Amino acid sequence: MTPSIAHPDRVEGWNRPPIIEPDGEGELLEVAMGPHHPSTHGVFRMDVALDGERVIRLKPVFGYLHRNHEKIAEGASYLASMPYTDRLDYFCSLTNNWAYALAVETLVGQQVPERAEYLRVILAELTRIQNHASTIGFLTQEMGASGTPLMYAFREREKILDLFEQLTGSRMMCNYMRFGGCRVDISAALLDEARKIVAGLPGFIDEFEALLSTNEILMARCQGIGKLKPELAINAGISGPMLRASGVDYDIRKVDHYGIYDRFKFRVPLGDHGDVYDRYMVRVLEMRESVTILEQALKDIPAGPIMDPKSKIRGFRPKPGEAYGRIEAPKGELGFYLISDGTPNPYRYRVRPPSLINLTVLEDMCLGESVADVVVIFGSVDIVLGEVDR
Amino acid sequence: MLGEGILKGMAETAKNFAGSFVSKERLTTVEYPEERIAPAENARVFPFLVYDTENWEAGLRCVACQICEKECPPKCIYIDKSKDKKPDYVGKQQFYPTRFDIDISVCMSCQICVEVCPFEAIKMDTQFELATDDRFGGLLLDREQLAKSNEYYHEIHPTEASEVDARLAEEKAKADAKAKAAQATAAKAAADAATKTAAPASPTQAKPEGGQD
Repeated sequence: MTPSIAHPDRVEGWNRPPIIEPDGEGELLEVAMGPHHPSTHGVFRMDVALDGERVIRLKPVFGYLHRNHEKIAEGASYLASMPYTDRLDYFCSLTNNWAYALAVETLVGQQVPERAEYLRVILAELTRIQNHASTIGFLTQEMGASGTPLMYAFREREKILDLFEQLTGSRMMCNYMRFGGCRVDISAALLDEARKIVAGLPGFIDEFEALLSTNEILMARCQGIGKLKPELAINAGISGPMLRASGVDYDIRKVDHYGIYDRFKFRVPLGDHGDVYDRYMVRVLEMRESVTILEQALKDIPAGPIMDPKSKIRGFRPKPGEAYGRIEAPKGELGFYLISDGTPNPYRYRVRPPSLINLTVLEDMCLGESVADVVVIFGSVDIVLGEVDR
Repeated sequence: MLGEGILKGMAETAKNFAGSFVSKERLTTVEYPEERIAPAENARVFPFLVYDTENWEAGLRCVACQICEKECPPKCIYIDKSKDKKPDYVGKQQFYPTRFDIDISVCMSCQICVEVCPFEAIKMDTQFELATDDRFGGLLLDREQLAKSNEYYHEIHPTEASEVDARLAEEKAKADAKAKAAQATAAKAAADAATKTAAPASPTQAKPEGGQD
């Protein structure tokens, strides 16, 4: 048997070829993967230097989808930036809304009514579930499972998006949260529908796991690939499921208790190895934890107003000051940093995008792996180019 | 055993494949142009202007205050304000838009114009089949194309429209009461002035409330 990177849970008989030392002969082959490459999500380029199949160097190149979000926001009123935040990470517009609303609420010291807080938690957790499910779908597609797991994920995502459409008016660009609450109230019928969707989710996750978790091909392609050491992850500022897959216990829902997350009982799943399989598994377990949060929130949601009566839509001028609001978005720590100079526009508006910062360790994870593995590692980072480039 | 996980997954797909022949709810798509799913009640696509009464031009609720033009994030609304005033649907003297264009190739359906409008004049449509081969003029909708009746608004967003109607009726009742009270005090003042001084009374008329500038 050939020696290989040992993985404790490796399936016997499915070893990858061992890493070859460079023989020092011949030239490196430079390949530009992307920006229009079928394996990349969106317009992203990787300049890869190869020795045979092995990656020697990798340089991520981004900026193809740059839309000047931060500068536009500095010229627009506070409210006018809200629909633009939908377009950062277009898979999870509701969590983006929440992060921005949280930053502005910190800036002006607004309180959010109880019912709106519950609504935010419910919508954020539904967003997390549909994001993780489709991420895993895309990850498997990059391994060659062309469509089946992705369609299973999208079938469930469809139900959640239909709920979003009925509540907010749009499936993806929700533009739902406002400073000091939420825009429209949820009806009792819609809440019942949400309960029905949540009741069906554990069955879906079981089905999804039966389809994938013990699949030998998936294990062979994922285990031991793209390892990220916890020290490097902390130093690079990685957050979200990627950090937790490396075994670092850091979840902003637990650390900051923003919103009303201290009222819910949930666990934070952690990985042992920091490889692609752990990232997959952490996402599956997070979906299960999100379901338990949803069950608690949907049981306890109180009646009442959904907007702070003191908040106003027109003529919104915060006092001079600065604020940073951050939440645990499905992809990691999403933060908005605002400086106000007392005018209707922010003086400085800065987004801390989890996707971009999680991408910075792509080279460290890919060195020494083969080209086919680069695609899988890239898929496991879970990025959306709208958020990377802004 | 090697391959056990794959077989388990295959069983799952087989179950789903067979199930799609048995249960109707597994069919999640419809044959679009022939079959349509009704849009959700809250669905929003592009804005339209609401008018009351029969004539769209006379009944437009919009008073050209230009708040939506200012607040629109992608700046896709173009308004020209009239020089003169004319009575709106309640009879108040108001300005009106001589031009009200929305470039729907720029509009991002964010609904902020609806939220900032103090006159309930602009609302979101659910019409989405707007493709055209006229790239420059076809997507710039003018007043006439944007004007839709209040009945149409009731048709597409019934709950929201009745709330809006109730709010408007309340405002109108309040305005009527105020106007009546103003008229009464003016008449009384005029009568007092006539009795107190012999000079020809110049009755201070109840000023009709000015339009929003």
